[in-house]
Amino acid sequence: MAIPLSWYLIVAAALFCIGFYGVLARRNAVAILMGVELMLNAVNINFLAFWRYVRPEEPLGQVFAIFVLAVAAAEAAVGLALIISIYRTRKTINIDNIDLLRG
Amino acid sequence: MTLILFAFLALIALAGGLGVVLSRNPVHSALSLLLNFASIAVIYFLLHAQFLGVVQVIVYAGAIVVLFLFVVMLIGGNIGPYRHGSRTVTSVIAVGLAAAFLALVVWSVVQVLPMSATPVGAPDAGSVQAVGMALYTDYLVPFELASLLLLVGMLGGVVLARRYQPFAEDETQ
Amino acid sequence: MNLPHIDFSVITPELIVIATALVVMLAEFVGAHATPSPTRSHRIALIALLGLVLAALAAVAGLGRAATDIQGMLVADDLGRYLELVVLLAAALGLLLAWDYLPQFTKMHSEYYALYLLAVVGMMFMGKSTELITLFVSLEILSVALYVLTGFHRGQLAAGEAALKYFLLGAFSSAFFIYGAALLYGDTGSTHLVDIAARASGGFLTLAGLALLLVGFGFKLAVVPFHMWTPDVYQGAPTPVTAFMSVGTKAAAFVALFRVLQAAGVSYATWSLVLALLATLTMTWGNLAALRQSSLKRMLAYSSIAHAGYMLIGVTAGMQLGLSAVLFYLFAYAFMNIGAFAVVSLLERPGYHATQDATIDAARGLFARKPLLAVVMAIFLLSLAGVPPLAGFFGKLYLFNAAVQSGWIWLAIVGMINSVVSAYYYLRVTVLMFMTEADETSFLRSPLSNATGLAIAVAMVGTLLLGIFAGPWLQQLGQAALAFAGS
Repeated sequence: MAIPLSWYLIVAAALFCIGFYGVLARRNAVAILMGVELMLNAVNINFLAFWRYVRPEEPLGQVFAIFVLAVAAAEAAVGLALIISIYRTRKTINIDNIDLLRG
Repeated sequence: MTLILFAFLALIALAGGLGVVLSRNPVHSALSLLLNFASIAVIYFLLHAQFLGVVQVIVYAGAIVVLFLFVVMLIGGNIGPYRHGSRTVTSVIAVGLAAAFLALVVWSVVQVLPMSATPVGAPDAGSVQAVGMALYTDYLVPFELASLLLLVGMLGGVVLARRYQPFAEDETQ
Repeated sequence: MNLPHIDFSVITPELIVIATALVVMLAEFVGAHATPSPTRSHRIALIALLGLVLAALAAVAGLGRAATDIQGMLVADDLGRYLELVVLLAAALGLLLAWDYLPQFTKMHSEYYALYLLAVVGMMFMGKSTELITLFVSLEILSVALYVLTGFHRGQLAAGEAALKYFLLGAFSSAFFIYGAALLYGDTGSTHLVDIAARASGGFLTLAGLALLLVGFGFKLAVVPFHMWTPDVYQGAPTPVTAFMSVGTKAAAFVALFRVLQAAGVSYATWSLVLALLATLTMTWGNLAALRQSSLKRMLAYSSIAHAGYMLIGVTAGMQLGLSAVLFYLFAYAFMNIGAFAVVSLLERPGYHATQDATIDAARGLFARKPLLAVVMAIFLLSLAGVPPLAGFFGKLYLFNAAVQSGWIWLAIVGMINSVVSAYYYLRVTVLMFMTEADETSFLRSPLSNATGLAIAVAMVGTLLLGIFAGPWLQQLGQAALAFAGS
């Protein structure tokens, strides 16, 4: 028996929300970035499921997923470099302790 | 059979996701992320997207998780109280927002889409050839733009990760 | 196998800027050790500036030509060309500000200007995209480049903090953006805006997809309630970067938003109400928060949130009237806002490690010390407040007029009340400059360098000329808007 499309979408939505929770609840910059990666992955499940069930004759969903992947890689590289650079000067990556700017 | 496999994979993926956001140790988080990425790769195979499945393993599981682990190790065990500070108020708000979003999507997906929608189309549409053809012909423009994005990422990594030398000392050389 | 035919004339200005970025990257190696740091920096900046000017000339040369496109993904229409001009103008002014600012704190000149030019390219592509993948990738090019530029002042703790906050919230918002794109793809089976417009079901998937895209745009435009990052980032980033991105990102994102909303034409009635509420919230929050700032940069950051709100009024008003008013406002905003930031950059105390933030008190008695500079700053601030006959006044006039003509009278009234509120904090600085004596809190970086002087002069002339020739210029932009709305 084939799996209905909505199941994929629900799993993707659940993963997206787990990542969403992670971003909002965690205070550690690395943990927040992991949450964002979970969200991007969840969206990719959406793209592939829609591709397979809505318009399989054109691999557009897969193409979009590849671009999301490339973007996630670029963001992870820049983000982690940023986190390391901040850790070197501040010895912390907890965003509650990084609070010079306010007002 | 596929149904059982799907349910199994979905559960692993969700468990991995929860592991990422709930564990107390950053290394455990990164490993849960690996579990999550790997099970999603198998879900891609279920969707006949073989190429994406392989790329998922190589790029996400292979490169990104390793990068995360690398940073966690580099920063060391003294990453500080890793989970400390996720205060109850923020957590409750976060759970509320996430749950509301999830409920909205699930409700509407169930409402809108027929549960029995079945896949259609040729089984080889997920092959390297099909994806490659699309990337290099119809989607050439974003493909070329992605090269600029990677250039930006590379420059950014160099700028940010290079050890900072206080400017004044540097000048006296 | 059919290789695609690509009409490179569609992206001539972008190609020029990309080529300049590559040249700038390599320029570091030419005589690297023979020339002292500031000279090398100036040489690189000059190359970058030439590239920007050439690209602007290419964009101007295209004005009035029929729209052409590459595979329906990038389009060169007059809307896109005017957007390129705004972005290039902001980039050139920001570059002049960086001219003497940059050598103060870094030796990585090539990297700075290369990233800067790539951010410009991302903005230009974003405003020309008519397809969601292209739009997303261009958005990411500009975002990632700006994250790095924000944190470029490595010795300054505030800069790193600003970059981290910008990055985390930016990546978070990207996830919403592509979730929306995925739902639209699921709804229509396409990512081309034309196809989405034709096939959108108007049901849940369309609405949710657009809503999530709007969240993504909201972050980039600093629309309340997605504005949390803006004050921190604008305050922490190097001032030339702040000046450039406050205008460039807004311009690119507003034009892209117009393109996306045109694709959503089916449900425009629903959307305009949401947009009107967002506009109200954004203007009011931005202005109220700006009232109680003591840092000049932070005040201008909140003011830029408010200005995004004014421009949202134009988006609410719809394609024809609203679009030309928003375009006009973007030009006016580029001149007056970057001009104001240019003067602020002169009031900052140099310092490699401390937050070298200019407080409002730094402007004390500026008139007594540098009369001309104080007058110019006052003109920028009055223009931001919307005092006639300056560019900012006509910008607001056209926006409110567009709102009234399309039936949003209450929105226009809210906008006017907000302008009055905003006048308070702009005038407060003006009063400090003219009415008080200089004391130990006041400061001015001297001597005024040629590059910064040129930037201020250009911004000043632009602010005045746009005020004088407001009518004809709006008519010009109106033709582009009409061509776009009719397409």
